[in-house]
Amino acid sequence: MSEIITNGAGTAPIGYTVGEDLVDRAAPDGPIETRWTRRKFAAKLVNPANRRKHRIIVVGTGLAGASAGATLGEQGYKVIQFCYQDSPRRAHSIAAQGGINAAKNYRNDGDSVRRLFYDTIKGGDFRARESNVHRLAEVSVQIIDQCVAQGVPFAREYSGLLDTRSFGGVQVQRTFYARGQTGQQLLLGAYQALSRQIDAGNVEMHPRTEMLDLIVIDGRARGIIARDLVTGKVSTYMADAVVLATGGYGNVFYLSTNAKNSNASAIWRACKRGAYMANPCYTQIHPTCIPRSGDHQSKLTLMSESLRNDGRIWVPKKAGDTRPPDQIPEHERDYYLERIYPSFGNLVPRDIASRAAKNVCDEGRGVGPGGLGVYLDFADAIRRMGEDKVREKYGNLFEMYERITGENPYKVPMRIYPAIHYTMGGLWVDYDLQSTVPGLFVIGEANFSDHGANRLGASALMQGLADGYFVLPPVIGNYLAQAKLVPADVDSPEAREAYDRSTERLERLLAVNGDRTPDSFHRELGQLLWDYCGMARNEAGLRKALARIPELREEFWQRVKVPGTGAELNQSLEKANRISDFLEFAELLCLDALHRAESCGGHFREESQTPDGEALRDDENFAYAAAWEFTGVGSPPVLHREQLKFEEVHLAQRSYA
Amino acid sequence: MKVTLRIWRQSGPDESGKLVDYQMDDVNPDMSFLEMLDVLNERLILNGEAPVAFDHDCREGICGSCGMVINGMPHGPQTLTTTCQLHMRTFSDGDVIVVEPWRSAAFPIIKDLVVDRTAFDRIIQSGGYISVATGSAPEAHSQLVPKPDADLAFENAECIGCGACVAACPNGSSMLFVSAKVSHLNVLPQGQPERETRVLRMVEAMDLEGFGGCTNTGECTNACPKGIPQASIARLNREYLRASLSGRR
Repeated sequence: MSEIITNGAGTAPIGYTVGEDLVDRAAPDGPIETRWTRRKFAAKLVNPANRRKHRIIVVGTGLAGASAGATLGEQGYKVIQFCYQDSPRRAHSIAAQGGINAAKNYRNDGDSVRRLFYDTIKGGDFRARESNVHRLAEVSVQIIDQCVAQGVPFAREYSGLLDTRSFGGVQVQRTFYARGQTGQQLLLGAYQALSRQIDAGNVEMHPRTEMLDLIVIDGRARGIIARDLVTGKVSTYMADAVVLATGGYGNVFYLSTNAKNSNASAIWRACKRGAYMANPCYTQIHPTCIPRSGDHQSKLTLMSESLRNDGRIWVPKKAGDTRPPDQIPEHERDYYLERIYPSFGNLVPRDIASRAAKNVCDEGRGVGPGGLGVYLDFADAIRRMGEDKVREKYGNLFEMYERITGENPYKVPMRIYPAIHYTMGGLWVDYDLQSTVPGLFVIGEANFSDHGANRLGASALMQGLADGYFVLPPVIGNYLAQAKLVPADVDSPEAREAYDRSTERLERLLAVNGDRTPDSFHRELGQLLWDYCGMARNEAGLRKALARIPELREEFWQRVKVPGTGAELNQSLEKANRISDFLEFAELLCLDALHRAESCGGHFREESQTPDGEALRDDENFAYAAAWEFTGVGSPPVLHREQLKFEEVHLAQRSYA
Repeated sequence: MKVTLRIWRQSGPDESGKLVDYQMDDVNPDMSFLEMLDVLNERLILNGEAPVAFDHDCREGICGSCGMVINGMPHGPQTLTTTCQLHMRTFSDGDVIVVEPWRSAAFPIIKDLVVDRTAFDRIIQSGGYISVATGSAPEAHSQLVPKPDADLAFENAECIGCGACVAACPNGSSMLFVSAKVSHLNVLPQGQPERETRVLRMVEAMDLEGFGGCTNTGECTNACPKGIPQASIARLNREYLRASLSGRR
C-alpha cells in the first residue's frame, strides 16, 4: 500500500508510503478514571535489592529528565545522566515564566481532574490520546505536593496558603506560580533532588556531554554514544534502558524562544534507529514576542501574553507608512484585532493573534526594522488607569522590554511579533512512555503524547514533572522486570557500529572545509521553514520547502566550514552537528504538514478554514496521530496511523464565542 | 558604531593566554553583546581563525550559562543584568572593550571565556536541598508558610548560579551563592529538619573547593544580576554559628 506524493518542483519524488496502523497496547481498557491505577497494579516490579543491578541512561536534565533521574536514583537504580550544559541546573525548562496547572480545586471554583482532562483534550484540538491526558490530570495534584515539600517558593497569600491564577483558555484558577519564574523554581527543585542522588552515588552525572547516537541491540535500546564537549572524547555507554528527555525541536526554525543550544539531535538520531516520530507539524507560535532588530538576531524573547489584557494592538492603515507612531493620527490606525474580532478584540487565542499579525505584515503594514512587528500600545491604558497602575501590573515586563529594545514602552508603543516557542510533536510513545524501540522511553517535550495539536499555557511544566516524577518510574520498572536482558557489551558490533557512525559524521563535518559558516545554513533553513511551514501553511509553499531542503542539505555537506578539531572544546562542531540533523528533520516536518491537509491547533492549513478564517478540522480523515518511520535520508518515510478514539470527550469544533 | 574588542584568548586549560584585539566596524547598537560576539565568530570562522569560545544558552538572563568580565565588571556595566541581556547601546562609538573570563582559582579556565563552574554543583550536592523522596510529600496545604517567609525564600531562590559573585570578589569567595541557597531553604518550614546539617555541609564543601573567605567588601552584591542581598551573607554567618553550637550534624 502506498500513497506517493510526487513533488512537482523537484526531480526526485518526495512522498511517503503507508504502513500498518499503530495501536497503543499499554493502556488498559475500561473506565478511564481507574486506568492508571490498574496499569500500575498490573506492572511487574523490580525487587529493591535488584534495582541497583539495572543501569538506566537519562539524557537531559530539564524538568522531565531531572525529576526522572532523581526519582529513579531514589528507588535504587543506577542512573547515568547526561546534559550538554555545564550544569544540570541550566536546562531550558528554567526559562518558563507563567506557571504550572494542577487540579487541586483550592479555589472551590468547580475544578476537578475531569475538568483539567477535558480542558487539555479540547485545548489540544482533539488530537491527543485520552488515556494519557487523563493520567496527566490525575498526577497533577501530586506534583504540587512534591514541589512544595522540596521548598519550591510558590506564590502565597497572606494566609500562608498557595496562590493560584487563571490562564488562557480555562475558566478556573488552577495555575500555581512563582512570580514570572515558575520554570526556574521547579527546575531548581528537581535539580536539587537530582543533586542529592548524585551525592548519594545513585546518579552518575555527565555535564557538558552530548548524545550522538542510540545503540540498539536485538531490537532493544541498550546504550548511547556521547561526546565529552570539553575534551572531544567520544564514548560508549551501555545500559538496560534509555530515557530521552531532550526537549523540543523549535530551534529547527533558527529563531525561536528556545535556548540557543536546544536541538533535535537526540530524538532525530533515535528516529533513525527505529523510533517513530509523531506529529512533527504540531508547532506552537506565541503571539507576543519581542521582534527581531536585525540580521544579527540570534533568538527571540517571549513577553507574557497577559499584556494583551490592557494593551491595544494596531498597525498603520497605509502600507509602507514609516512615520513614528505618535505622528500617526487615530483615524489612520488599524486596530485590526478589534476590527476583525469585535467580541474578543485583543484577547483572541494565540494562533488567531499570531496569524493576524503575519497577515498585516505581509500586506506591508508591519512596523519597526524589516516591517516585521505590530504595535502593542498602552497609551489608552495609561490614560485610563494612570502610569503607576500600569507599572504596578506590568512593571517587570516593561523593564525587560526596555532592556532589550532600548525603548521606553510608557512613552512609545511596544513592538511585538509572533515566534515559535513549543513543539507538541515528538517521538511516538505508548501509554508506558515507551517508543517503538523497546527499552527507549521518551518523556517531557521530547515525546508527542499529551498536548495534541496545541498545548495550553502552564501545561508544559505539568507534563515534564508528571512524566519524570510519577509516570516513568513504575512503567520503566515493569519493562526491566520482564525484559530478559543479557549484559550489553561496549564491544558488541552494534555499539561499535554506532560509535563509528558518530565519529565518522564528525570527521566528515570537519573535512568539508568549505566557505559558509554553520549558522548561515541554520538561518537559511529557519527562514525557509518560517516562510512555508510557519504560522500558516499551504500545499504550494510546503512543496517549495520540500524541494529546497534537500538542496540546502546537499550544499551544507559541500560548503560548510567547521574550524578546529574534534579533540577539543569546539562549539562550531557542536553547532554544525546539530544543524546537520535539523536539515534532515525539517524535511519530515514539512512532509507531515503537507500530508495533514486539515487545520488543527497549531497546524493551520490555508486550504482548510471556516468562512471566517478559523482552523477547520477534518475528523473523518485525520483523527489520528501520524507516526513516521525513518527509511533513509531523502527516502520516503512510512506513515503509521494511530487512530484516536474519543470515548470520554465528544469531538466538537473549538469555538471562541 | 565601531568598537575595539580586547578578548582573552586561551586555547586550553594548561595553555597560557593573552589579550587579542579585534576591530568591529559595523556594530548595530541594538545587538546584544553576545550577538556581537556571534558576528565576530562568523568572521573568524571564514578567515580560518578559531572563534571565541563562550558559554551561553537561554539568552534571556535566567539559565546562568553566560558570564564574562567586561571592562573589569562581571556581566559588564549594567546593574542587575546578565551578559546576554547587555546591549551594545550601552557602549559608545570608539570604545575599547576588554573581555575576560571569570577569574577564580575555583573556576579553572577551560578555553577562552569558558570556565569550569562544577564547584557550585558540588556545593549543592553537599546539602543544598530538602530530602524528600518522590511520592512521600504531604498534602501541599498541610503546612502554611507565612507570605513574608515565602517571599524571602523566593528572593534568594532567584540565584542563577552564574558565578559573577565569585568573579567580583577580591577573595574569590562564594559566600553570596551559598548564602542564597541556605537562606532559601532555611527560612522555610520544610527546610527545618536539615537546617543545621545543610549549612555546615555546604560551608565545608565551599572551603574544600578553594573559594576564599568573605570580608564584606560587597562587590558580590553589586555584580549579582539577580540582586541577592548582602543580608543573606549575614544570615549564612548566623546560621553557621547557630548550627555549630547546636551540636547537630
